[in-house]
Amino acid sequence: MNSIGQGFWEAWRLIITFDPDLYEIIFLSLQVTVAAVIIASVIGLPFGAWLAVNRFRFRRYTIAVLNALMGLPPVVVGLFVYMTLSRAGPLGGFGLLFSPSAMIIAQVIIITPLIASISHQTIRDLWAEYHDLLISMHATRAQRIMALLWDGKRALLTATLAGFGRAIGEVGAIMIVGGNIEHATRVLTTAITLETSKGNFAFAMGLGLVLIMMAVLVNLLIHTVGKTERTGTW
Amino acid sequence: MVSILPLTLTATTAHMRGKKLAGPIDLTLDKGGLTIVIGPNGAGKTTLLRLMHGLQRCSGGAVKWAVPTPEAQQRQAFVFQSPIMMRRRVVDSLAFPLRLRGLDKAAARAKAETYAKRFGLGDLLESWAPMLSGGEKQKLSLARALIIGPELLFLDEPCANLDGRATREIETLLLTERDRGTRIVMSTHDMGQARRLAQDVIFMHKGLVHESNAADDFFASPQTPEAKAFINGDIVE
Ligand SMILES: Nc1ncnc2c1ncn2[C@@H]1O[C@H](COP(=O)(O)OP(=O)(O)OP(=O)(O)O)[C@@H](O)[C@H]1O
Ligand SMILES: [Mg+2]
Repeated sequence: MNSIGQGFWEAWRLIITFDPDLYEIIFLSLQVTVAAVIIASVIGLPFGAWLAVNRFRFRRYTIAVLNALMGLPPVVVGLFVYMTLSRAGPLGGFGLLFSPSAMIIAQVIIITPLIASISHQTIRDLWAEYHDLLISMHATRAQRIMALLWDGKRALLTATLAGFGRAIGEVGAIMIVGGNIEHATRVLTTAITLETSKGNFAFAMGLGLVLIMMAVLVNLLIHTVGKTERTGTW
Repeated sequence: MVSILPLTLTATTAHMRGKKLAGPIDLTLDKGGLTIVIGPNGAGKTTLLRLMHGLQRCSGGAVKWAVPTPEAQQRQAFVFQSPIMMRRRVVDSLAFPLRLRGLDKAAARAKAETYAKRFGLGDLLESWAPMLSGGEKQKLSLARALIIGPELLFLDEPCANLDGRATREIETLLLTERDRGTRIVMSTHDMGQARRLAQDVIFMHKGLVHESNAADDFFASPQTPEAKAFINGDIVE
């Protein structure tokens, strides 16, 4: 109990005194996750929208695969990326293993299906609702997609936030492909794992607090965006 | 400008996954006036309006306008039974059809404001459309349909979920619009409303047009037992 209390105050001290080691880790975490969310959104949002408004042969099958991919165990993604990027792997020549790039790749693979799936559901529901109106008004194909993306923007933002939430707290894949190397690939989650195993609870807790704050912040944002969805206040 | 009317349906049928929804229907829609489509639930009123407007493909026969069909379709509008509210503010919802037609933002907004006022939505310009009351939503649908200045307006039971006052408001707006020269074709369940508004009546039953007649003649001397029963408020078999 006492050590938890001590750890807590020590953690706050590290945070408010801008401890350089702590902040280095925070910034790398944010860098990797934000990059992954941007890439995954650029791929996932339009792909989901495209799936929603187009009829093609393997559509059902594609959607089933997408939903299955959402449940991929991150550790297995890590293993897959590791094997692909390791020296003997197909992309070994780029020397990306144990770099932030490798971590970004792993996170993109983990969250793109999530973002694409939420985008697909959002746009599909909206399309069902708007279909007759847009046809009646003779909107062109491009105008339809624009209207759907624009009016679905809140839900799409929620999708990217959900992707952020999943990526920032992910540890298994990041650990494998990043290697948790100090000053290079150490991020919040991997550092917590390490510091805990070293018995360095104060530092681990400082990292944990930051992670919790980020998670809470993201969920608050999702909640706020959801509220504006219902009242249209922005 | 050449009118898009008359519209002619010849032996028009509509199917959905092998099931017949309506038809064969032979019908001519002439210029001017207000036509009411009545009939019991499932009679095919919605199907008929959607066929005419081009929302429902005809599986047989033809739908023919006085001008080429794509042009005719640009000059008509449709108000749906349950209002489709875009997730936008009232002013942006009204501007939307104008923006689709390439009008610039400022001009579209100015026109949207004018129409909002005309349709009693002046105070709700900045409101979120999905949050409006049922009556306001239907007025917004009506304004949004008319803002492009259609020659022909279809309405599918626009007052089905409205109370008496909101219904009267819509009716007044429709009559004004008719007097401005907009051709109106509207379906309804409400016999009172049909009597108040109709110049012509199309009576539908089981996917077929049973009668298509001037309103006075139709109400005074219905030609079929089904129409007679329907006018008297009996259950139509
Ligand atoms: N999408 C559809 N799929 C299958 N059947 C349909 C579909 N739409 C309509 N129908 C059927 O077609 C028939 C005519 O329906 P329609 O909606 O045109 O009737 P309506 O006169 O508008 O009825 P209501 O007064 O209840 O609105 C009904 O038997 C209905 O069940
Ligand atoms: Mg109907």
